[in-house]
Parts: sequence; C-alpha cells; structure tokens
Amino acid sequence: MSLITPDFGLLVWMTLIFSIVLFILAKWGFPMITRSVRERAERISASIRKAKEAEDALRNLAEQQARLVESAKAEQLRILQEAAASRDALIEQAKAQAQDEAGKILSRAREEIAAEKETALREIRSLVADLSVDVAEKVLREELSAEGRQEAYIGRLVDELTAVQTGGDPKN
Amino acid sequence: MRLKYFLLLLLFPLACLPVSGAADPQELDMDEYLYGHIRDAYEWHITTVNGHPVSIPLPVILYSKASGWHCFSSRHLEGGESWQGFFIAPAGEKYENKIVERGPGGDLVRPLDFSITKNVLGLMFNCTLLLVIVLGCARWYRRHDAREEVPSGGVGLMEMLVTMVEDDIIKDCVGEDYKRYSPYLLTAFFFIFLNNLMGIVPFFPGGANITGNIAVTLVLAMFTFFAVNLFGNRHYWKDILWPDVPTWLKVPVPLMPVIEIIGMFTKPFSLMVRLFANILAGHLMILGVVAVIFLTAELGTAINAGLSAVAICLGVFMDILELLVAFIQAYVFTMLSAVFIGLSRQHPEKEINTD
Repeated sequence: MSLITPDFGLLVWMTLIFSIVLFILAKWGFPMITRSVRERAERISASIRKAKEAEDALRNLAEQQARLVESAKAEQLRILQEAAASRDALIEQAKAQAQDEAGKILSRAREEIAAEKETALREIRSLVADLSVDVAEKVLREELSAEGRQEAYIGRLVDELTAVQTGGDPKN
Repeated sequence: MRLKYFLLLLLFPLACLPVSGAADPQELDMDEYLYGHIRDAYEWHITTVNGHPVSIPLPVILYSKASGWHCFSSRHLEGGESWQGFFIAPAGEKYENKIVERGPGGDLVRPLDFSITKNVLGLMFNCTLLLVIVLGCARWYRRHDAREEVPSGGVGLMEMLVTMVEDDIIKDCVGEDYKRYSPYLLTAFFFIFLNNLMGIVPFFPGGANITGNIAVTLVLAMFTFFAVNLFGNRHYWKDILWPDVPTWLKVPVPLMPVIEIIGMFTKPFSLMVRLFANILAGHLMILGVVAVIFLTAELGTAINAGLSAVAICLGVFMDILELLVAFIQAYVFTMLSAVFIGLSRQHPEKEINTD
C-alpha cells in the first residue's frame, strides 16, 4: 500500500518547505502578533488598575474634602464662640473697669467736695467770726458811747467772768 | 426564493449527468477514482473533458544511480509512456504509480525521486498562502500601535485564532516557558488548519490531499519529537531512564525504561497516524458519497436523481463535518504537541521537595 509508506521525495520537500515556513513565521510572523496582543493585554490591565487607583484617589479626595469642610465648620464655630466669649469678657471687664473708675471718680469727687466744704466752712467760720467781732465791736462801740453804760457793762462782764471762774468750772 | 433557485442550480448538473452517462457508458473504476483523488500524482489532474484529461504537467526531478540527474516534464510520462528510460509503474506492479526505471537485471528500480508532485505543489501554494496571511497580519501590527488600536476584519479573525491557540492550548499545556515554543506550535496549528481546509476545496489550488499524506504528517510529528526531546530537562530524562517505580522493575531487566523509551516514539507516531487517518478518512467519505451519484447513473434517471439528492445532502453534511474536523485535528495536534513539550519541561513538586 503506497498510502502508508512515506514517499522519500515528498518527505524531503515537506521538511524543506516546513522548515522555511517555520523559520519565517517564527522570526517575522507570530512573535510580532503575540507580542502586540500581549502588550495590549498588559496595557488594558494597567489601564484598569490605573482607573481603579484614580477612582480610589478621587474617593479619598472627596472624603478628605468633606473632612476638611467639616473641620473648617467646627473651627468656624469654635472661633465664633471664642469671639463671643471674649467679647462678653471684654464687655464685662470694661464694665467693671468703668464701674471701678466711676467709683474712684465719685469717691475722689466726694473727698474733694468734703475738702471744699471744709474749707468753705472754715472760711465762713472765720468770716462769721470776723463779722461777729466787727458787729460786736460796733455794738460795743455804740453801747459804750454813754458813760454810765461803760461802767455798767464792765461791771457785768466782770460778774460774768467771775461767775464763770467760780461756778463755771465744776471739774476743777 | 433565492434559496430555491440555488437548489435548482445545484440539481441542474444532475439532470445532465445520467444523459451523458447513458451516451458514454463507461465503467466507473472505483479504486482509480478513490485513490486517484487521495494519492500523490506526477501531474495535477483538474478535470476530464470529452474523455481528454485536462491536467497541469509538473516537473519531474530524478536521481538515478545509473544515469545521474534527470529533470523533465511529467507530460512525457502520460499514458504510461517511457521517457529517458523512466516510466510510471503500472497498477499491480511493485512501486505502482511511482516513477521507475529498468535495472540491469530487468527488474524495476526506483530512482531517488525529488519531483514537484501534486502534493509538493499544493504544499508550496498553501505555504505561500499561509506566509501571505500571517505576514500580512504581522505587517498590520508593525504599522499600527496595537496598544491603541484593535484590528478588524481578517486581521481581527487571525488575532482571535492566534490568541485562542496561545491562551487555551500553548499557555495551559506547555507551562511557564511557553513563549519559546509558541512560534512552532502556532505554525504547526495554522499549517495543519490551512492545509486541511485547502484539502476540502475541490478544485485546482486546493484538493491536494496534503495533511492526509503520511510523509507530511511524519515530518510534522518529527518536528514535535525533536521539540520534545532536544529541549527536555533532566526531570524528563530521569522519568524515562529511572522512573519512580519499584526497583525490581528497573534493575535486572530495565523493563520500565524500555517501555518509556518506546513511549518516546509512540507519542509522535500517534500524532502522525491520527492526523493522517482522520484527514484521509474524511476525504474518502466525501469521495464515497459523491461516487454514489456516478454509481447509480446506470440505474435509471429516477433512482439516480433521488440518490443524487441524498448524496448531495450527505455531501454537504460531510463537507461541513470536514470543516469541523479540519479545525479539530489542527487543534488536537497542537494541543498534544504542547502537552508532550510541557511534560518534557515539567518540574515535579515531589522532586523539588526531596532536593
């Protein structure tokens, strides 16, 4: 049966042709295709990974942003509260200071008034004394213009003085 | 409507055939018909018009021990004629249908025959086609940035096939250093697939029974044999020469090593026979189904037409089946080659643990 006996000539030709085909395709054919496909597959998986990373980063960023906003709000509230507190404190302080100052001014005014009053009193007193002395002098001069009266007066004064000296000082 | 016309067109030659058969009643030589289509030939017979064969003569290249090199057209050998002392051995003789010469004792001597036969020409044509297809695809990748673009059309189809073969067969079966073997296995796959397909095409550039020829499958199996045994690692050779079996199977009589060494050769042998037998059987089946049309020509127009319709339906079915077989055989050859290569490159777990 010639069907199952390999023919020598065909064997040689087949070896030659297949070797050439294998050489050409293994050098310029299939590696080019498989390499390109592999590169593309790598690129696609890298792209997917990058997209996932970007998505994660975006989510992180959003979270960070939210956190930032939240902390900013808290900070704002805190600052506002602090400001209110310090404002209140300032007002309190100012009030206290004002009261203090007012009290001081008042007391000083009072003291001054008292001093003024005293000086005034003193002046009035000395004025009154002077006046009374003058009046007394005038009165006395009027009274003592008559002779009899001078003597009567002197006598009364002497009586008075002696009365004061004898009975006027019971402690002695 | 179109389908109906198409079927009518298919049936049209059937209407003519019984008439011509009746006009020229010649016995159909079944052996000649079947083997003429599946065996190699010195000329490429295309058709026969009015009893005259239309064929392409092919160059005959011979080396005779007695008279040296000879090169002439196969036209000179038509009809059993002799040329420069060479002739085609007639049926029934030794070396039938091969070119022989008369030796000094008058017996038939076969010269070294390097003729461009039908199969060699078909092989050249198919390989040129394969080179054009694959290099054309490779050119697309060279001209485009494959990371940015995806091919469409024919290149896309080839990419799909290449990716399928590489990912499903080569990567899984060979293992880690598959990149080294993938050009060979891809070449084998596409070589077998294209030659199988061209074998189904019934007219001129196709129709040569290439992958159904044992010389072709023998060479393919030899390539796998060398790919397995030339690059096998030490685990592979240890498994053959000193396998993990009880010592009495190895030492006085090297029973297992002998079996393993026989196994080295039976693996490619099975590859060779499987591809050869499958494709040959497919061709024979189609030829047999088509032969029904001619065999029933003498039985009258009605029977002939009925059986022809059946034969055409069966023929269409067989052709579609052969398309499937063409793919499956290419797939199986590549997969088994990849498995054998993978076995020669394995690093067994146990081996690593005991080291």
